[in-house]
Amino acid sequence: MNTQALFGQLLIGLINGSFYALLSLGLAVIFGLLNIINFTHGAQYMIGAFVAYFLLNKAGLGYWWALAITPFAVGAIGVVVERTMLSRLYKLDHLYGLLLTFGLALIFEGAFHHQFGSAGLPYSIPDSLQGVQNLGFMYLPNYRAWVIFASLVVCLATWFLIERTKLGAYLRAATENPTLVQAFGVNVPRMITLTYGFGVGLAALAGVFAAPIYQVSPQMGSTLIIVVFAVVVIGGMGSIMGSIVTGFGLGIIEGLTKYFYPQASSTVIFVIMAIVLLIRPQGLFGQR
Amino acid sequence: MADDRSVPVAKGQDTEWERRYERGAFVAMLVIFVAMPMVIYPRFGSQLLCFALFACAFNLLIGFGGLLSFGHAMFFGMGSYLSAHAAKVWGMPVELAILTGTATSLILGGLTGLLAIRRQGIYFAMITLALAQMVFFFCLQAPFTGGEDGIQSVPRGKVLGLLDLNEPLAMYYFVFAVFVAAFALIHRIVHSPFGQVLKAIRENEPRAISLGYRTERYKLAAFVISASLAGLAGALKAIVAQNASLTDVHWSMSGEVVLMTLLGGMGTVFGPIVGALIIISMQFYLAGLGSWVTITQGLIFVVCVLAFRRGIVGELEAWLRSRRKS
Repeated sequence: MNTQALFGQLLIGLINGSFYALLSLGLAVIFGLLNIINFTHGAQYMIGAFVAYFLLNKAGLGYWWALAITPFAVGAIGVVVERTMLSRLYKLDHLYGLLLTFGLALIFEGAFHHQFGSAGLPYSIPDSLQGVQNLGFMYLPNYRAWVIFASLVVCLATWFLIERTKLGAYLRAATENPTLVQAFGVNVPRMITLTYGFGVGLAALAGVFAAPIYQVSPQMGSTLIIVVFAVVVIGGMGSIMGSIVTGFGLGIIEGLTKYFYPQASSTVIFVIMAIVLLIRPQGLFGQR
Repeated sequence: MADDRSVPVAKGQDTEWERRYERGAFVAMLVIFVAMPMVIYPRFGSQLLCFALFACAFNLLIGFGGLLSFGHAMFFGMGSYLSAHAAKVWGMPVELAILTGTATSLILGGLTGLLAIRRQGIYFAMITLALAQMVFFFCLQAPFTGGEDGIQSVPRGKVLGLLDLNEPLAMYYFVFAVFVAAFALIHRIVHSPFGQVLKAIRENEPRAISLGYRTERYKLAAFVISASLAGLAGALKAIVAQNASLTDVHWSMSGEVVLMTLLGGMGTVFGPIVGALIIISMQFYLAGLGSWVTITQGLIFVVCVLAFRRGIVGELEAWLRSRRKS
């Protein structure tokens, strides 16, 4: 067994898992309050990467600035989308939210494709995260270690925010019964708007993390989002921690598959989804 | 009347007027399609009919079963691939090749349907999308699909050894005949007792269960029928366009059939056909504009969902009804 290659694939798996976790977490948070599956999530992740690229090349602001600015900038776009469009759909069948956000994804992707073509734009790793650590059994690039670490921190912070703070308690209460929470004087519509903005911000943050690893391209989000949908079906959208665990777990499984049976690596998550649907249709962490 | 909040669905046609309207619209459709090759290229017309059939098959599921599939490209694409492969590599006559494609989608529909009907609503949409993506990756890797190149120059041959499909008009009217037969089949299914049970499940599944119906079986049957007809549409398309490629099985194809049906009118009998004609014509005439096609499609989605949920035919029917009442 070639341990060097095995650990290499595991590392890639963990990186992918970080993105699955960040994106499915955002989807779950949005779905909890808005009852909408945000199909634009992949496009918003892509826009996040592009914003980082613009900040560097047009404004001269580097990676760390991008990390700080991008989630707010793209989150603000999300807030506008929620206020002007999504908020009109809450009383309708949930499928309309899916159709609308799918349309928005097409518009965003088409527009970026029109401007930048399909070739990827390079975004280099910031100087402070250049270099490689020799762990003895493998070489660990600093940037990749940083992405895994940072994603984990962001995921756990989100979990803490929702499950352990007063604000999160309001959020969970509004998920259960928005009318009652509103009767207690909480501004639920504003909370919904900010929640959507927050979920979108998470997607954009994932986009910034991804920019130096993958190339920045218009179609980077669309394939990823379909896999994330499968991740969400596997995990069920009932629990925040469930999304995090499922995201990282499936990333690792995908990495292992790439080592042991590479032909199946692009389909393994879908196969797992099929098995989970047979055994536990509500998902691993979902409630009926 | 179904309330405006849910996805618009087919209404029962209990009144004499509705029956008359439907008959009139059907005759009008026949006249338009018979005359169409005089106005547009028969080859393009044949493609339009294939996509119209695809949209009708999709509409059977959403309009009458209330299930939004975001993965119908897998049936269309597999039908297309197998029909092309059967005609080109196995040297089957065209009618058998089309049957092979349809049968493949029927089997695929049975397998994926068993999984997908375990969840409803949004989850159903996500599951079908994910399963279709799995089929896409399969087609990308499997040797018989030709990978990125697809299967090119599929022979058309003669139907039953008589009708030469290389003659554009003969091909058009052959596709037209298949389309009308499939359309009649859908009509028959919708108005059969089976179709009525399907409607009952869509309206209130727990009640249908309490009445003793095994709703899972009905939903699965609807899914398989819809999948097979989508496969038939793909199989025909492979013969008409003489190719099968990854485009047919890509998720954007699943999105396009949703768009056709949404634009024409979900749950209306003729809406999907109108939607297919508009969307495919738009692609044909805007083909040179590249990404603008995608952007326009996205805009149509947004406008339809925000302001135009009944679609073209749905709005037209609502207008006719209100005019009749006043």
